[in-house]
Amino acid sequence: MMLRIRMCEESLVDPILKGEIRCPVHLYSGQEAVATGIGAALEQKDFIFGNHRSHGHYLAKGGDMAAMVAEIYGKETGCSRGRGGSMHLIAPENGVMGIVPIVSGTISLALGAALSIKIKKEDKVTVSFFGDGATGEGVLYESLNFAALKKLPIIFACENNLYSTHLPINEIRTNRNIFNIANPFEIETFRVDGNNVLEVYETAKKAVEHCRNGKGPVFIEFLTYRFRGHVGPDDNIQGSHTDIRPKEEIEAWLKRDPLILFKAYLTENNISTGSDLELIHQQVETEVIAANDFAKNSPKPDKEDLCNYVFK
Amino acid sequence: MCSNSRKLNFGLAINEAIHQMMEADESVFLIGQGVKSPWYVGNTCNGLVQRFGEDRVIDTPVSENAITGAAVGASIAGMKAIVVHPRVDFVLYAFDPIINQAANWYYMNGGKASVPVVFWLIVNRGGEQAAQHSQALHSMFAHVPGLKVVAPSTPYDAKGLLISSILDENPVVFIDDRWLYRSQAEVPEKAYQIPIGKGIIRNEGSAVTLVSFSYMALESQKAVDELKQQGIDVEFIDLRTIKPLDTELIFESVKKTGKLVIADGSWKTGSVAGEISALVSENIFEYLKAPVKRVCLPDLPAPASASLESVYYKTKDDIIKAIKEIL
Repeated sequence: MMLRIRMCEESLVDPILKGEIRCPVHLYSGQEAVATGIGAALEQKDFIFGNHRSHGHYLAKGGDMAAMVAEIYGKETGCSRGRGGSMHLIAPENGVMGIVPIVSGTISLALGAALSIKIKKEDKVTVSFFGDGATGEGVLYESLNFAALKKLPIIFACENNLYSTHLPINEIRTNRNIFNIANPFEIETFRVDGNNVLEVYETAKKAVEHCRNGKGPVFIEFLTYRFRGHVGPDDNIQGSHTDIRPKEEIEAWLKRDPLILFKAYLTENNISTGSDLELIHQQVETEVIAANDFAKNSPKPDKEDLCNYVFK
Repeated sequence: MCSNSRKLNFGLAINEAIHQMMEADESVFLIGQGVKSPWYVGNTCNGLVQRFGEDRVIDTPVSENAITGAAVGASIAGMKAIVVHPRVDFVLYAFDPIINQAANWYYMNGGKASVPVVFWLIVNRGGEQAAQHSQALHSMFAHVPGLKVVAPSTPYDAKGLLISSILDENPVVFIDDRWLYRSQAEVPEKAYQIPIGKGIIRNEGSAVTLVSFSYMALESQKAVDELKQQGIDVEFIDLRTIKPLDTELIFESVKKTGKLVIADGSWKTGSVAGEISALVSENIFEYLKAPVKRVCLPDLPAPASASLESVYYKTKDDIIKAIKEIL
């Protein structure tokens, strides 16, 4: 799954630079372990809500790759029929309930989905994905309080990639210990290495279990890093192809690439051989090429359909 | 014994609609600040907690943004939420879930998921409550694609429109007004719907068309009655829904009378009254025999002192004056 996300994301870089993809694209490269580990701990019936950087969440929860890439290309065959773009992906049949770019915009929606689970007495869990930037929004704290008060089955998954668009975390918070924000609400809290997919999975499994047992919400901070710019492939300022982040910092994190770490684990423990991994690589490459071909060859929405889908 | 003649006040009509819809459909639930307290919501929530329990009648912390978002999220996940804000002013904290999320949801997701939620907002004007407890913000919601906005003026319409709003697959803003809660009228006991988007002619006439909705419809009716005694026949349309507007009903009437006065209980600039005026001049200008008149609040915050309130809020006298200016 991590490889699927990575290769799919990287396949978008050229089309973005060539202008074939025009909508804002926030690549998930570097953070794959978080979506993958959580996705593996969830079942199809469970809900997730995402944010501007959610390609990985969508794929890890079972969203169709071709429909996602087509959406990013603004095509009628896209998962949102070309009305949403990269920042509005949806796959309700797989529990991908909503993805939006308003920072913290889906936290309360996830809260409501968790509330619906409680009212209907269903055996489901909701995950709300947000970043370190969302910790500046009041609605996060309102939601933490209400989730704790009503013991709702929701996992607050904070992907701390150290940058809130262009601002390093030191410029938006007095300290880096985001996981502490849930403590005053008496919410079970974890902080894990977000680049270690096994650690993410183990913690997510515990959190899912906690929610399914009716013990209320869980807050998890994942320490991770995005390899690409805030939006687009390279930088925070479109067109200049420079990155505001220190070069040494980027290089250090590239050494902690979640795919490299996991590959090393598989090899060292004799779980997979080089040829296994090569086969997987080929399969994923085939899927990614097919998804891009499907997207490129799909029609744009018909201009006459502009007014569709305002009301059901 | 004739159940058809049973009278209910405005609040109990709403109460009955909620009871009946929650009884009929387990996915309907009510959430909001003060649903357990008559201090906030009057008699509208009588007996609901006792009958349906605290899982489906949820009084909340003061967290308008998260609670409104939770109502939206629950509706995305298969429920039909009614979220109440006992003062419209409080909902300004919740514009993100209402506008960014609910209103856009169906479109931006390519029709893959709709949000069957009701935002029930109570305008709480008067009573020296001043600027932050008195605002009528229906025009702001009417501006937004993807929202339907209803504003009933009678107990009968309140019940029927609330039921229609709950049954609608889209987000509906149901706005009523504290001053309507004094009214009492016949309300059938059975559940029934008033179609969203349809106004009603309350009084047929030929001299001038008067269009209004919500509380100003009551003032309009008083104006109509008084003018009738003076031999002036006003055609009075109560819109009941302000988005989508029943333009056909308005246009047909204005074609007949050639004159139009609109009474809107909010500020004049950017108002529903302004929108109706624009639609009429855009589409049936040739029928107009006089300038369109708007009776709206002046463009300033609601004052506290009763002496200032008495000139701030518009009444039947202002409507009569406006009508006479173009007769």
